[in-house]
Amino acid sequence: MTFGPESSASGSPPTDRRPRLWWALPAAVVLLVGAAALGATVGPAGRISAANWDIIWNIRLPRVVLAGIVGAMLSLAGAGYQGVFRNPLVDPYLLGAAAGAGLGATLVFAFGRVSTSHWVVDPLPLAAFVGALAAVLVTYLVGASFGGTGLSLVLAGVAVASLATAVQQYLLLRNSDVIKEVYSWISGRVSTATWSDVRLVLPYVVVSTVVLLLHRRHLDVLRVGDEEAATLGAEVGRIRLVVVVAATLGTAAVVSVSGLIGFVGIMVPHLVRLVCGSSYRVVLPLSLVVGAAFLILADIPGRMIEHGGETPIGVVTAFLGAPMFIFVLRTRKAGA
Amino acid sequence: MSSLGFECVNVMYGEREATFAFTDHVRPGEWLCLIGPNGAGKSSLLRAVAGLVRYRGRITVDGAPLDARSPRRRAALVAYVPQSPEMPADMTGSEYVLLGRNPYVSYFGAETRHDRALVADVLERLDLADLGPRRVGTLSGGERQRLVIARAVAQEAPILLLDEPTSALDIGHQQQALELVDRLRREHGLTVVSAMHDLTLAGLFADRLALLHHGHVVSSGPAAQVLRPETLSEFYGVSVHVLHEPDGTVVVVPRRSTLST
Repeated sequence: MTFGPESSASGSPPTDRRPRLWWALPAAVVLLVGAAALGATVGPAGRISAANWDIIWNIRLPRVVLAGIVGAMLSLAGAGYQGVFRNPLVDPYLLGAAAGAGLGATLVFAFGRVSTSHWVVDPLPLAAFVGALAAVLVTYLVGASFGGTGLSLVLAGVAVASLATAVQQYLLLRNSDVIKEVYSWISGRVSTATWSDVRLVLPYVVVSTVVLLLHRRHLDVLRVGDEEAATLGAEVGRIRLVVVVAATLGTAAVVSVSGLIGFVGIMVPHLVRLVCGSSYRVVLPLSLVVGAAFLILADIPGRMIEHGGETPIGVVTAFLGAPMFIFVLRTRKAGA
Repeated sequence: MSSLGFECVNVMYGEREATFAFTDHVRPGEWLCLIGPNGAGKSSLLRAVAGLVRYRGRITVDGAPLDARSPRRRAALVAYVPQSPEMPADMTGSEYVLLGRNPYVSYFGAETRHDRALVADVLERLDLADLGPRRVGTLSGGERQRLVIARAVAQEAPILLLDEPTSALDIGHQQQALELVDRLRREHGLTVVSAMHDLTLAGLFADRLALLHHGHVVSSGPAAQVLRPETLSEFYGVSVHVLHEPDGTVVVVPRRSTLST
């Protein structure tokens, strides 16, 4: 189940000359600060001046901060999932989080959007959050009932995601008037971000991030496989559960405010791996910072490409990310 | 130095039993080699000691039951070298050997300077210092095998389990790997239990052989006693010559089956 850089290293130089965390991390932070500065200054309202400070503070900054949080969380959660499932092509939506969140959001759009506009709590993020957690919980229970290994969890995730998607599609066909809204939500957005969105997700993201970063050494031990890791004294089942719970909590939180932004969770950790190697001690912290920078940058073009509204950020991440990813893949292969 | 005891061990795969009432006492510093045809239960016993499969009966280290231990405590007592270890290609040799220190690192902790120094020392003593900075993916089969053994040494466990340690190696590297294990056993007083297919090598290095067949021990003792043509013919279904060298080495040579009929 391991491929990518794990198996392609045979052609690389014999000794280890990869960038080290102590300078790669500061470099990534510089990238992040640059991205944030750019994100705060670029937009239809022009550059920073005293007159438009209000726009910067209330519209652009929350948007930059939220994009950063979402990008960081999805990338870190993706790396965590990849670690416990020992597969670099896994994303944080693997166990049904995306389908569950999508179903939750669709329910709100289909049944409650008009009647809930006066509610104290906006039901949309809540429904997406609960949907994502519920789907992963069902996946975990089903997977545990036939073994609880990585593979049984993945299979259970496929089944649960298909089921949730089927229900969602049925609801959409019955309520075709909300298809556009649901589709727009699924494509992801940070353009309507406010400081209250940031406050809403931050506690979950902080907890999830701390827990995931504390497990980076364990993820390196798991790289030798469940069995060998167990003979080295690792409690594989517990580590997997803790990492999945933490990554899912963070993912569900950011999905609830930003919708389903795809590709980031796979691409950013992989990019980091290509440049700095596969040790999770490096991949986790770097994915966090690079993911934040990437999504802040990906949020900028969407403001300029008009289509009677902004282009959803999920579309931009894939549109920019895929060519960039191929480019890095090619240059690394040529250089190796 | 630690002893390893088996009392009526039935290794279970679900409801299926892979061994039946396996009982043995491996003395401190002794090398026991499990031999027998494929599916005889050799690997199952090693996996039971390593905590990877369920079993009925008791497995003890120095008289204390092993399954009462936490995974970390168990890993500090028993090091396991699997038949085909999973070796992440882009880990360096040092990073790989450092995994052996996992039982000694607290849950939220990190490896200490002592752990890293110990890994460097292990690599040095096993003449593997040049593999430390190299990526595992660039190493040969023999180098990898020695690195796995180095990881087990870094684990500082008194009991070493080897599952077919030489199956992927050429004759030179087979001997090199087994010589290394033998040296470690003498220097560190390791108790070794291995499963091996090569009967001559098994007899050459182990103090004692246990021949398993369908989960039962059918013969146990020194090489000269277990490796007899009639025994091997009965349980392996082969026809062999067994030669006794003047130095006590027992050599098992296959015969063409057409000659036996």
